[in-house]
Amino acid sequence: MFTPHTDADREAMLRAIGIDHLADLFKVVPAKHRFPDLALPPAETEMEAVAELQNLAWANESARDLACFLGAGAYNHYVPAAVDAVLRRGEFLTAYTPYQPELSQGTLQAIFEYQSLVAALTGMDVSNASHYDGATAVAEAVNMAYANFRGKRAKIVLSPALHPQYRQTVRTYSTDSPLQLVGDGPESDLNAGPEALLPLIDGETALVVVQYPDFFGRVYDYTSLAEAAHAAGALLCVAINPMALGMLKTPGQMGADIVTGEGQPLGIPMSFGGPYLGLFATRKEFVRKMAGRLVGESIDNRGQLAYVLTLTAREQHIRREKATSNICSNQGLMALGSAVYMSLLGKNGLRQVAELNYHKAHHAAARIHDLPKYSLWSGAPFFNEFVIQCPLPVAEINDLLLEHDILGGYDLSQDYPALTHHMLVAVTEMNSHEEIETLVEALREVSNG
Amino acid sequence: MGEPQLCDLSVPGRQGIRFPQPDVPLSDLPPAGLLRDELPLPEMSELEVIRHYTRLSQLNYSIDTGYYPLGSCTMKYNPKVNEETVRLPGFAYAHPLQPVETVQGSLVLLYNLQEWLKEIGGFAGITLQPAAGAHGELTGVLIIRAYHRSRGDHKRDKILIPDSAHGTNPATSAMSGLRVVELKSDARGNVDLEALKLECDDTLAGLMLTNPNTLGLFDENVEEVIRMVHQAGGLVYGDGANMNALLGIVRPGDLGIDVLHYNLHKTFSTPHGGGGPGSGPVGVAENLVDFLPGPIVDVIDMGDEETPPLYGLVQPPKSIGRVKAFHGHFGMAVRAYTYLVMHGAQGLRQIAEMAVLNANYLLSRLRDTYHLPYDRVCMHEFVLEGRWPEVPDVHALDIAKRLMDYKFHPPTNYFPLIVHEALMIEPTETESKETLDTFADAMLKIAEEAHTNPQLLKDAPHNTPVGRVDEVKAAKELVLCCGVSALDRE
Repeated sequence: MFTPHTDADREAMLRAIGIDHLADLFKVVPAKHRFPDLALPPAETEMEAVAELQNLAWANESARDLACFLGAGAYNHYVPAAVDAVLRRGEFLTAYTPYQPELSQGTLQAIFEYQSLVAALTGMDVSNASHYDGATAVAEAVNMAYANFRGKRAKIVLSPALHPQYRQTVRTYSTDSPLQLVGDGPESDLNAGPEALLPLIDGETALVVVQYPDFFGRVYDYTSLAEAAHAAGALLCVAINPMALGMLKTPGQMGADIVTGEGQPLGIPMSFGGPYLGLFATRKEFVRKMAGRLVGESIDNRGQLAYVLTLTAREQHIRREKATSNICSNQGLMALGSAVYMSLLGKNGLRQVAELNYHKAHHAAARIHDLPKYSLWSGAPFFNEFVIQCPLPVAEINDLLLEHDILGGYDLSQDYPALTHHMLVAVTEMNSHEEIETLVEALREVSNG
Repeated sequence: MGEPQLCDLSVPGRQGIRFPQPDVPLSDLPPAGLLRDELPLPEMSELEVIRHYTRLSQLNYSIDTGYYPLGSCTMKYNPKVNEETVRLPGFAYAHPLQPVETVQGSLVLLYNLQEWLKEIGGFAGITLQPAAGAHGELTGVLIIRAYHRSRGDHKRDKILIPDSAHGTNPATSAMSGLRVVELKSDARGNVDLEALKLECDDTLAGLMLTNPNTLGLFDENVEEVIRMVHQAGGLVYGDGANMNALLGIVRPGDLGIDVLHYNLHKTFSTPHGGGGPGSGPVGVAENLVDFLPGPIVDVIDMGDEETPPLYGLVQPPKSIGRVKAFHGHFGMAVRAYTYLVMHGAQGLRQIAEMAVLNANYLLSRLRDTYHLPYDRVCMHEFVLEGRWPEVPDVHALDIAKRLMDYKFHPPTNYFPLIVHEALMIEPTETESKETLDTFADAMLKIAEEAHTNPQLLKDAPHNTPVGRVDEVKAAKELVLCCGVSALDRE
């Protein structure tokens, strides 16, 4: 399909190799398994392939067709046109990992700037070149903390208000390790704030992990939690929503040792779950403990400023089985996209869009709270997401909301059996006043059955 | 001169994009103690942002601008149509947690891709969740551990990794708590059967096999290797980074490989993006299907004459759990799907045939000038030595850097570790004979220069935006970001 070989080329090449037939190149493959007949659909032309894919895409009802109030770790935000224009440049899109700095200064400088932007946004000293997503970034933070104490502290305290899929990922990663994961069992008090974690922190604890805003949308100041963790000799990891940091106090200011996060809100389309962007930042003293690629500044042999991958001695291809992580790739293109997004919005734009999210979410929450039979679950401050207690199971409500072309919020009973009638609602700059009113009226109608 | 840093382009008061005024009543902000004091991000107009990144892009080498014979990386052409289909609004604006009834298009796509990858590799089950090759490796090794554990077989803590395997394999195994034992290659570049025999005991969890290996050689005893591991009760993990050589040629599952990861960003043409995102689906044999990470896509209601089948997400009964949030890199799945529907069975076989033809042709042009340590028909790549005894100061690195002056990206060098001064060359199937000839001519010219004017190589590259970069200084001084204070110049 994309092979340029003419018959004449093939013949000339076979002659140069000194063989008669293409099949002679594959004699080493066991004969009984050689050249299997693959049951695959017949090849399509580009035109036919586009039509097939278009039909599949039309079979979805996306946030373009529905008013989206669903968040829970992926958010419907506006992506400025300039972001994708940069990502579609072949020089970025089709470049390899920048192992050869002489041919990769574009990627290297862009990642260096991405690291700078993430450090500035989170209030941390350094950021790496990114991990796969918000979930694996937390799993890597757990690995890092365990390695930091050379395996002498095996306890990890996970907030029950950390994204359920992040906690599941941490559990998978640590299946065969001595790590002990505590704090998020079925007995945990979901209404409680971070103070509920304090009794769990002790001299065995390597890391405490919380989310900011938490999975239920609540915003807490983790300063005293950080102090308690440090007093016990443990580290604190805060998993962030980067857009909230357009207005909220930074985890750096609170004393976090590691900041992870899902970078998707920063100009990355929802794209049914990926690819997204795993943010990972830490304090200076831990930079050598952090996994993943890092770009540093240096000079070349002509005396010019130049960028290069650095501290590679920490990485898997050098340390092999002694490395703390096997991570090899980063989310290069998504990191670039988020850097373009942050550059376009800048200090005022990011604050503006964060506040827009805040005001719309608070208006929606107040309107729903005023409805009979609905109420806000928590009185804690929130950003753009909140939990409402509903008169019916959320799945039933969502079926009815769909009839009004509304994509309802996340059904918390899927992960928290105690939260049977609880819906996690996200409101972003994309939700107009009219959409919010439609949601409120539809919820009213549903409850009147 | 280089491109200024973002922080130096910032001017207070500029903004590249604006948002609408709130159309709802304003609410009180949270207490001041919860708000940040400053937000030190740059302030730029849209044009300045576009020019900055466009200029940066021009400092990059890329497939779209030149030839990339980078061993084990499969830098093939990334079709432009992939970039159209992935951006179809129905895909790009779909939320990962929508009710399945509203995302049947995405689910059908994932289901078909699972089915096709099973068929191509000869596997009974597949997960599309892993985010990259190394992530797929981790998933595969966790599945192997879970399998042994489910049988009450707790002694198996040893994993064998041939010295010709991919670099991430040892770190992956250690991450999942396994003891790594390196296995020598024999004189022909195969797994050494005698060495393997010595390690086949009841502590053997498995073997991680890269086939074709990083020498570009298909193991001549592959079936015997797999039989020995199976006989000892171990499982065989296949590193599918080199699948480009095997499409339509042989199915790893038919050879007896139990678990294998694909790299959609190598074999199935999704772009490398300057280091990611990748995608590393994992295929498994029948006895491991229940251990796959969940959820996977399946038909949850067969439907009838009136209604089409309903696709949904199911959790395998003994699943190792999630390895990341949501459903993997869906955007990469759309690109790989587009690529696959355009090829069909014949097209896939042609990919492998032309990739292997290109490699052997290029080898035929270079083998008299560069030493070939393992002299056999290669698959999609081959490894040469970048050194000559008569010019001991010239290293593979110098050859690599000099190639840049001829407008080529260098091959992978210093890997695999079992070849001195390795130059690992993978042409891929999308390159023409003329491109291969131009590259071969440059390699031959450089060999000549190495003997007549070695300093030319030592000082290379000469024509790139920057010269050789001081890596020691970078690691020692560790400047990892433009200072926050520099960014915030108000």
